[in-house]
Order: sequence, then C-alpha cells, then structure tokens
Amino acid sequence: MDALIIIFQAGVASGTVLLFATIGELLTERSGVLNLGLEGMMLIGAMSAFSVAIATGNPWLGVLAAMLAAGLISQIHAFITVTLQADQVVSGLSLTLLGTGISLVLGEGLSKAGTVSLLPRFSIPLLAQIPIIGPIFFTDQSILVYIGYLLIPAAWYYINRTRPGLHLRSIGEYPAAADSLGINVNRLRYFYVFVGGVLAGLAGATISLAVAPGWFSELTTGGQGWIAIGLVIFAQWDPLRAAFGAYAFGALRRLILDIQGPTMLLGMPNPFYYNPYWGFFLQMLPYAFTIIVLIIGSREAMRKRLGAPAALGNPYIRGERGQ
Amino acid sequence: MSDTKMTASGSQGFRFPYRVKLEPRLEMPSRYFPALVSIGAVLVALIIGGILIAFSGGDPFRSYAHIARASFGNLGVLSDTIVKATPILFTSLACIIAFRMKLWNIGAEGQFIMGAFGASFVVLLPVLPADASPWLFIPLMMLASMITGGLWGFIPGYLKAYLRVNEIISTLMLNYIAVFWINFWIFAVWSEGGFQMSPKFPDNAWLPRLLDFSKSFPAFRGLTTHLGLLIGIVAAVILWLIIYRSRWGYEIRLIGDNPHAARYAGINIARNTVLVMMLSGALAGLGGMSEVTGMVHRLQTSPIAAGYGFTGIIVAWLSKLNPLVAIFVSILFGALILAGREIQPSGVPKMIQGIILVCLIASDFLLRYRVRIVRTEEA
Repeated sequence: MDALIIIFQAGVASGTVLLFATIGELLTERSGVLNLGLEGMMLIGAMSAFSVAIATGNPWLGVLAAMLAAGLISQIHAFITVTLQADQVVSGLSLTLLGTGISLVLGEGLSKAGTVSLLPRFSIPLLAQIPIIGPIFFTDQSILVYIGYLLIPAAWYYINRTRPGLHLRSIGEYPAAADSLGINVNRLRYFYVFVGGVLAGLAGATISLAVAPGWFSELTTGGQGWIAIGLVIFAQWDPLRAAFGAYAFGALRRLILDIQGPTMLLGMPNPFYYNPYWGFFLQMLPYAFTIIVLIIGSREAMRKRLGAPAALGNPYIRGERGQ
Repeated sequence: MSDTKMTASGSQGFRFPYRVKLEPRLEMPSRYFPALVSIGAVLVALIIGGILIAFSGGDPFRSYAHIARASFGNLGVLSDTIVKATPILFTSLACIIAFRMKLWNIGAEGQFIMGAFGASFVVLLPVLPADASPWLFIPLMMLASMITGGLWGFIPGYLKAYLRVNEIISTLMLNYIAVFWINFWIFAVWSEGGFQMSPKFPDNAWLPRLLDFSKSFPAFRGLTTHLGLLIGIVAAVILWLIIYRSRWGYEIRLIGDNPHAARYAGINIARNTVLVMMLSGALAGLGGMSEVTGMVHRLQTSPIAAGYGFTGIIVAWLSKLNPLVAIFVSILFGALILAGREIQPSGVPKMIQGIILVCLIASDFLLRYRVRIVRTEEA
C-alpha cells in the first residue's frame, strides 16, 4: 500500500509535466490553431530552464526563461500559420524539428554542467492529513505541482465562464462570426499560440528543474509532447478530462519505472525483476496506451457527436467562405 | 517577429509611408517560380543557421565549407554521401505518397525500423541458412521488410480509416514502440556477446556494393555505394508512374486536393487510406532493409533509428512531393547529415534541417500571394 502511494505521489509529479503541456495545447487548439510543435517547445523550455538556473543559481529565473523562450519560438508557428496561412501540420512538425535542433545546439555540454538548486518542495498543512489523498497529492510535492492543481479549475472556468473564454471558443468554432462581432481573430490566435508556448515551456521546466532534474538531450522529454497532443484529443478539449489523463499517464510512467525494482511483487517473485527484458514491453505501454486512449476518445466523440473545434486547422481569411 | 500588421491586409495604425500588401495570385506563376522560391528558402535557412552557429560559438563559414568538402570533395566521400542519402530517399518516398493524400504519416521512422527488423528476421531467426544464395536472400529480405513496414503502416491506416484515430499521433507513437521492439530483440534474443547489437550478417545477406566489383573496375575500390540506391531509384520511378500516370494515383491526388469531390466521384476514401498507408510503410520498410543489409550489416539501434524518417518529411516537402526530384534532394540532405556528424556542436545538422523546413513552409505563401509594396495612402 505504502509503495503504491509513493508511486502515485511520484506519478502526480510526473503527470504535472503532461498537465501543463496538455492544457497549453488545449487552449491553442480551442482558438483554432493546431500546434504540433509541442515537443520542440518543451525541449526549448527544459534546456533554457536548466541552463539559466545553472548560470544564475536561481531556479525561478530558469522557469521564467523557459516560459519566455518557448513562448517566443511558438510565435514562429503563429506567424507561419496565422499570417502566412500555411499548413498547420507541416509548420508544427517543423517547429518540433527546429526546437529539438536549437535545444541540442544550445544545450551542448549542458548534461555535464553540474547540478542546480531545484524548486522548493513542501507539504500542505491539514490537506496532507487526509488519508490516501493527502500523501499522494499534498505531501512533499514541488511547488509546480500545486500550481498545476490551480491551473485546472482556472482553465476550465476561463474557457467556459468568462467573456475572453467565450471569445476564445468563438474564434475556434466560427471565426467569421467572431470577426463580425469585432473580435480580432488573428491577434487572439497569436495570443493563444503564445499561451500554449508558455505552458509548454513551463512543462519543460517542470522536467528539468523538478521531476527529472538535468538535461539529457532529446531524451529529456522522450515524446511527452506528442503524448500531450494525444491527450488533448482524448480530453475532447476539456481541461478537467485533460487533467485526469495527464495524471493517469504520469502514474503509468512511474509505475513502469518502479515495477522492475522489487524482488517480490504481491507476495510472488516479481516477474519483471527476474526477466529484465520484459522492461522493453513495459516501456512501450505509455505509447500504446496513447493510441488506445485515442481510439476511446474518437469512439466517444462519434457517439456523442462531439468534435474538435470546428475551425481547427483552418486559417481565417476575412471575406472568404468558411471551411 | 509577431507583427501581424506587417502583412495582414487591414493594417490600421501602421505609420510607414509604404506598406506590404498581399494579393492572391489569380494566374499560375511560371513553371520555374516554385523551384526558385524553394532554393531561396533554403538559402535564407542557411544564413539563419549560420547566424545561430556563430551565436553558439562556431564559425559558420568553416562549418559550411566543411560540409561541402566532406560530402562532395572526391569520389570516396561522394559515395559516402550517396550511402547516407539512400535511406533518406526511401523515407521521403514513403512521406510523398502519404502526403499526396494529405495523410500525415510521421511514422516513416518506425516503419523504417520495422523494415530493418523484417530483413534481420530473415537472416537471424534464421529463415534462410547463412550459405543461401544472395539471389534468394535479397528478394526474401525485401519482401519481409515490405511486410513488416507495411504492417506498421496498416495499423495507423486502419485506425484512421475506420476508427477516425488521428494518424499523426498514432504513427508517432508507433515510432517509439518500434524502437523498444527492436531493442528487445537485440538485447534479449540476438545479442552478440551481451552487446547491444546482433551478430554480423553472413556475406550472402549483404547487398552488393561497388567495391565488390573493384577487380574488374579498379575505380570502384573503397566505394560503399550499394544496391539500395538502385532499388530506391527504381522505387522512385515506379512511384512517379503511380502518382502521375495511373488511375489509382489520380484518385490519391484527388482525395488529397479535394476529399469532397473525391467522395462524390465514388472513390472509396477509407480503402485508399489503408492502402496508401501500407504502401507508405512498405517503402519506408524497404529503406530499413536497404540500410541494415547494405550499410550496417547487423541489427543495431543507433544507426537504424537515426532520424531518417524525419529527414524524409523535409525532403518530401522540398521536392514538392515529386518522387523524381526527391532523388536529388535526398543526396543534398545525405551530404548535410554525413558532413554534419563532425561539426561541433553536434546538434547543428538537426537544427539546420528544422530551419530549412520552417523557411520552406513560410515561403509557400509566395506561391499563393503576390507581395507588393504600396504607399499607405493607396490602401
């Protein structure tokens, strides 16, 4: 039981990475822009966070740098897709390649640069006393994890209950109508691509300064950006479901790491300990689960007739017929 | 950088006496214009890349001069360049056929890896004894790699066609799964003495290389260009014929350009999705076979999962989805990767590839719009 709690506790921390990335991408997609550059932006974030934290000795400056750097590079995607109206898929892919390349070049030698002072970890008084939930969610977590908890309801409330949130939904569903009401569609799309970039940078910083400190070139993110894009689809563009998916995947990642350790499992010899090669199949699981989760998500979408934001992937050109 | 006003048509508050105006092109630009734009985009990308290299403490001129010398300097390195270009040619063909139908197969990487696995399976299981004739080995390995690669394309194709699963994510996830899959076989089943690689393939399972003929043609001594190049060129020609000269190719292009029209014309989109993804996977898989039997000669993760699938995406785009153009573009990228290995910092080739793709996409708008500089009052 205790072991399980420790795994879930670490799972929540590692799920926070996916949470930031997923919510950021969700906001971007709600505005009608698909940004497949998530993985690249996260790498830029992780690299900037780690290098600035080392250079200045202050992890908070690292977090800030990560958010700014990823936010800035996201604007390339915004420029290409919103202003130049190029294909969002290819532009996003090129952003991932670009972000990966730049972070490899600028992060050269960073993996041996030493250790950083990490972001503070603490427990929340009272809440930490709650059985099971307390130790998992509120005990000895990084401050970023708590920020993540606050982000979930905030994002939900913003999208569904505020006026700017209404504008966000309208430019993603029917930009022509939004335009006729005086909403500047393209400027808002730039803004939400930026927000997505900032949160992707925060996700990167969460990896390199909290969950798995350090810089390990491309392995730092290990495809989590792509998993996050899958989670957005699974979440049906809803922050609450996104949070559920993110934490579930975080727990799964931890479980895979931890299950190979002990010699005994549930009172039996641990098969994963005695057959280390099974580990490769365990490592496939997050990626296989992403596909399964997508199947579930799309079946449900078909049944409920839910769907992506209607204008997702289409540039808005004033005066041209929609779709 | 994010100045929307610079190009948006309604630009209030822009105080320059001149401004940039975009007009949709009504007539087709001249035949050579797209090629010129692409070349211009690559040049711009190289300049930006140079600036970034200078920023990170390198010397851009020496880096580029090194790339040119180390990839086209003499016959030996030219041959090495072609060897590097061969896998890229296959993955770019895989991307071309899928992208033609607007199927975003980002999984050429995984399909390439699975193709390498399929070929290795024939050799290492072993399906054929080590002393079997190359005439038996090569066709069987080609077939096996096309089956395994095609299967890796079938999965996302089927999921896309019948369960509406986004193929970008599913193909990407299958890339990761493919790496773990061959890692399992390399570590657990075919490991050579506990190392992370399979034993070397028997000579009969190697694709013939130019140097094998150096007895009769002394000029070929030391040249490692292998049969894979020829297979790749043949595949490119066949693919060109399929796309431009066959009914099926017409259907694929129609679905890509206008799925609604295709549906009204009675074209079965779901079936074509599965078929095109399988063909795409089979082409990438064939590339994996070519690499593992022509170059690496053993199953090993790092030289096989080296990102050829992603380079293929850029080459496909730069070739404007034309298989014959892809032959030449892949050679350029082979040069970039080959020479880039020795450049410090080591991420440079990847970064330049990224910049090239960004510039290419950004330049596409020049094909759709005319850029005019007009006086502000005029607007």
